[in-house]
Amino acid sequence: MSIITAPLQPAAPVEAEQISRVPLLRLLHVELRKVTDTRAGKWLFIGIGAITAVVILVFLLVGAPTDLTFNNFLTATGSPQGYLLPVLGVLAITSEWSQRTGLVTFTLEPSRVRVVAAKFIAMILLGLTAVAVAFALAAGGNVLGIVTQSGTGAWHYTAAWVAEVGLGQIIGIIEGLAFGMLFMNSAAAIVTFFVAPIAWSALFGLVSWLQGAAPWVDLNSASSPLFNHDMTGQAWLHLGVAVSLWVVAPLLIGVARLMRSEVK
Amino acid sequence: MIVVEELTKRYGAFTAVDHVSFTVEPGSVTGFLGPNGAGKSTAMRMMVGLTPPSAGHATILGRPYSEIPNPGRQVGVLLDASAQHAGRTGREILKLGAIVMGLPDTRVDHLLEVVGLTPDEAKRRVGNYSLGMRQRLGIAHALLGEPSVLILDEPANGLDPAGIHWMRGLLRGFAERGGTVFLSSHLLNEVEIIADQLLVIGRGKIVAEGSKEDLVSQSGILVRATSFAELKASLTRAGLAYDDNGSDALIVKSSAEEISRATMADRVVLTELRPAESEGLETLFLQLTSDDARQETAA
Repeated sequence: MSIITAPLQPAAPVEAEQISRVPLLRLLHVELRKVTDTRAGKWLFIGIGAITAVVILVFLLVGAPTDLTFNNFLTATGSPQGYLLPVLGVLAITSEWSQRTGLVTFTLEPSRVRVVAAKFIAMILLGLTAVAVAFALAAGGNVLGIVTQSGTGAWHYTAAWVAEVGLGQIIGIIEGLAFGMLFMNSAAAIVTFFVAPIAWSALFGLVSWLQGAAPWVDLNSASSPLFNHDMTGQAWLHLGVAVSLWVVAPLLIGVARLMRSEVK
Repeated sequence: MIVVEELTKRYGAFTAVDHVSFTVEPGSVTGFLGPNGAGKSTAMRMMVGLTPPSAGHATILGRPYSEIPNPGRQVGVLLDASAQHAGRTGREILKLGAIVMGLPDTRVDHLLEVVGLTPDEAKRRVGNYSLGMRQRLGIAHALLGEPSVLILDEPANGLDPAGIHWMRGLLRGFAERGGTVFLSSHLLNEVEIIADQLLVIGRGKIVAEGSKEDLVSQSGILVRATSFAELKASLTRAGLAYDDNGSDALIVKSSAEEISRATMADRVVLTELRPAESEGLETLFLQLTSDDARQETAA
C-alpha cells in the first residue's frame, strides 16, 4: 500500500444508467466471469473438460473395435459430466454464502430473483458448452478409432438424441442449483446431492413393495434413457415425476428460502 | 440522505434492533457507535435490504434501497471487507462491481489509485491481503459507482493510525462535496477522528445522538486532587454525582463552579479541573451502552 493516494475523480457520466436498473445481460456477464475467475472455479471447469477427454481416450484404447462408434464415445462422457456439472451449479449458489460474497452481490442487485435468474442462465450456458465439448471430443475419438483401432466408426446420431443429452445434463445442473439454494452450504449440498439418491435407491431396492415405485422416484434411473436414447412415452412420464420430486420441489423450496433469508 | 424509522429486528425472544429511528443529512459524516453486539451491523443490513426487518423501514435518497435502480451508482456499501472470495484478485473484485454498475475499466484503475493499492497488490488474491488492504479495497468498491451516499460497517477496523487519518480526509472531502456518510465503529476514538455527528447504540436502542461537541459538553468536568479519597468524600457531602472511570480522576456532572465551591469548603487541593472531553465521552459511552457499567456506577 502507498501512503500517497490519488484524489477521487468523478466517474464518467453515464446518464441513462443512473436511472435504469442493471440489465440482465450484465448480471449474466458477471455470473459467467465469477465461475472462472478463481482458481477453484477455473480448475473445476478445466477438470470437467479434462475428464471428458480422458474418458474418450480410455474408451478408445479399451473398447472393442466394433463398439467404437460416435454414439458410444458420446455415451461414455455422459456419466462424468453428469457428476461434475451439478457441482458447478451447487457452488454457483453456495459460494455466495460460504465466501460471503452475497453481501456484495445482493447489494449491487437487490432483486434476488434476477441474480438467481442470471446464475441459472450462466450455468445452463456453461453446461451446454461442456456438452458441446463432449460432442467434439467424441467426434475426435471416433476419427482416431477409425484410424488407429480399425473401429467401426459409425456416425449415426439424431437431432432428438442431441436434445436429450443436453436436457439430461441441464436437469442435473438445475438440480445442483436447487440443492445449493436449499442448503446454502457447499458441503451439505454436495454430499446430499450424491448420497441421497444412493440411499434412496437402496431403500427402494430393499423394500419389496416399494420396488414398483422405483422407476418413478429414482432420478438416476429415470434420466438414464435420455443418455441411452431409449425415451418411450412411459420413460417421459417416469422422468417427469422424478424431476418434480428431485428438481422442481427442492427448487421451489430453495428459491423461497433464498428470497426470505438474511444475507450476512 | 438516509431516513430510518422505527427499524426493528427480532430473533425469537431476542431483539437485536429495537425501534431505531434517525436521519443522516447530506454533508455530514455520521458515526454509528456501539459495543460489539449492539445491533449496528443488523441495522445496516436492514438499511440495504439484506436482512428483512421485523418492523419499521429505512429509505435512502427517498426510497427503500431495494427500489433504487442500479443502487451501486447511488449508494456505496461496505458491510464486511473480509466478505470476499479469497481466491479472487483485488482488481477482479472491483472489475466485477464495475461490470454490474456499467463502468469502464479506467474507473477500476482510478479507484485503486485513490485507495493506494499498487498495480502489483491489485493483482494479488485477497486471501493474501492484510485487513488494512481489504478495508482499502472495500472502500474502493464502495466509491466505484460515484455514489452520493456511503454506508460503511467498521471501515476503520484494521487500519493503522495513518490509515485512519487518510480515511478521515477521504470521507470528510466526500461529505464536503455534498455526500452523506454513515459509518459504524465500536471504538470511540476511531469515530471521534472521522465523524462529526454521533449516533450511539447500545443493546439495540439509540441511547444518544448529536454532534460531537454536544455530546462532549454533556460529558461533565474532569477533576483531580492531591487526595482521591478526600475528593470523593467532599463531592459526596456536597451531593454531586460522579463517575470513577478507573483512573485517578473523577468525571463530575456539575459545573466547574459547583465543584470548586464544594471542594474549597472541605479544603481539598485540586490539581485539575476542566471539561472532560474525550475522557468524558468515553465514560459516557461506556455508561450509555452497558447495563453492567450503569450498575457499577450506581453502587
